[in-house]
Amino acid sequence: MNQRSSNLLDEALGLDQVIEPWPLRGRVVAIEDQVETSGSFVLHHLLKRSLSPNSSNVTIFIAFSQPFSHYDRILRKLGCNLVSQRDNSRFFFFDMLKLQCPDGDEGITPEGGLIALYGKIHKTISALPEISWKNVSIIIDDLSLMEVAANGSSDYVLDFLHYCRTLTSEFDCSLITLNHEDIYSSEDRPTFFIQMEYLADILIKAEPLATGLATDVHGQLTVSNKGRNKVSNFHFKVKENVVECFYPGRS
Amino acid sequence: LRDGALEGELAPALTIKDSVPFALQVFSHVISQLFSSILAGKSQSRGLVVVSFSRSPSFYLDLLKKGTDVASIQILDCYSDPLGWKDQLREVKHMDKLYNSIIELGKGLVGGGKIRFSIAIDSADEMLRHAPVSSVARLLSNLRSHDQISSIFWLLHSDLHEARVTAVLEYLSSIVASLEPENFSLIKHNSKKGKFHVRFKKRNGRVRVMSEEVHIEQSGINFINQGLVPKVQFSLQLSEKERIDKANVVLPFEHQGNGKPIQIYDGRRSLVDGSGEIIYYRDSDDEMPDSDEDPDDDLDI
Repeated sequence: MNQRSSNLLDEALGLDQVIEPWPLRGRVVAIEDQVETSGSFVLHHLLKRSLSPNSSNVTIFIAFSQPFSHYDRILRKLGCNLVSQRDNSRFFFFDMLKLQCPDGDEGITPEGGLIALYGKIHKTISALPEISWKNVSIIIDDLSLMEVAANGSSDYVLDFLHYCRTLTSEFDCSLITLNHEDIYSSEDRPTFFIQMEYLADILIKAEPLATGLATDVHGQLTVSNKGRNKVSNFHFKVKENVVECFYPGRS
Repeated sequence: LRDGALEGELAPALTIKDSVPFALQVFSHVISQLFSSILAGKSQSRGLVVVSFSRSPSFYLDLLKKGTDVASIQILDCYSDPLGWKDQLREVKHMDKLYNSIIELGKGLVGGGKIRFSIAIDSADEMLRHAPVSSVARLLSNLRSHDQISSIFWLLHSDLHEARVTAVLEYLSSIVASLEPENFSLIKHNSKKGKFHVRFKKRNGRVRVMSEEVHIEQSGINFINQGLVPKVQFSLQLSEKERIDKANVVLPFEHQGNGKPIQIYDGRRSLVDGSGEIIYYRDSDDEMPDSDEDPDDDLDI
């Protein structure tokens, strides 16, 4: 596995040095992508980093987008075995694909579904030994589908995200989310999207190049770290087993 | 904000409005400054109630901890469990309940009677998410009218709301401070500089506008004062030498003799000396000409 080239991303996030205790603890990381440049590779990369053998990190993965087998396959190519991590209680997978949020006939409202989810996350973290709390990462893939599951109510999703943020204050854990920018670009006031930007401590944007499509470069990543007041920008190329990140001009 | 409210009048209110990420630092700056004044006894208010929606209470405690007197501050925690998901009892959707909680906390701080306290609302956006504009407006208006409130201020992200919502809150404020990033460029989030515009609505109806540059550094936030001077082609300000020269000018009615009797030439040569006198009292030695203080301010018509 090519450690070197992922380092630009790790560097921007503070993951290039010691990862225990987890450098992203207490932080909210928001990944934004577009159709042309999918940001899920960032999610996979962060997942791989957090489940690294050098750390005792625990990850709670809330999946609205793909089933377990999908992530298992991808992470295996990156050199990480999700099944064994799950068995070792380092990886908790909440499959939300079947979450129906009906309009209340069965007594489960969209809000109720999210409240229950929050409760489940809270319980899972509390059950861990206190010392591991700050090494917990909550990953959500992805927010737009969560909105769909909540019957389009962005208010409930925002409430849920607020509560997840209180988790970061309470347990000092980290929250990583993925959202699609172009879904909201047609609205005159993409409130939900902007709210997410305000909420995030670290914003990672995956965008196409200003010059258009290219074979050597898939897109550009901009990492804005509010805490460190730093912005990094570089190009990336997604390969089979690894993602290469490099500054413009050096391939 | 420091001077507070007059008897029988609405308390001054400040809206900090922005669409950039560093507004929180400005808010933190205002709150620390106000709190320092409160602790130092320099302000009308004797205590501070922080209604925190978007940051955890511990954030504010850490921010303001430098004063050892934490008895002057109370934090209403609307962050940890605003909708009662964890614990059914807490709920901040109802603005009336919120009003009562705030007043109660404030009274707990300063006691009843005439002593006043200030209120800082972490985010008006969160309030507007949970309740309609009319309820929020009513809450803020009621708070301003309460005779124990010295001053109140809140943060608002203008890009999250319709223009009319922002307008409602602006109408409710006596001071509106808006933040603009330096350039609306691609890397908006990297903006470390910006413009800070403040609009004061004074009691006598006049409006004063000022503008400063804001720099965000690691250590904190810096306001670079550019003053009220508009950018025109001639110099409106005085240099130091000019200021000294001006102070040295003796105004016509001000020489009280110099040994000689005062002779006022009024066009008639038959003036007999000593029969006329002009008494001129200067209002104030340090009053700058063209100051925006209305000289008719003290008229009581």
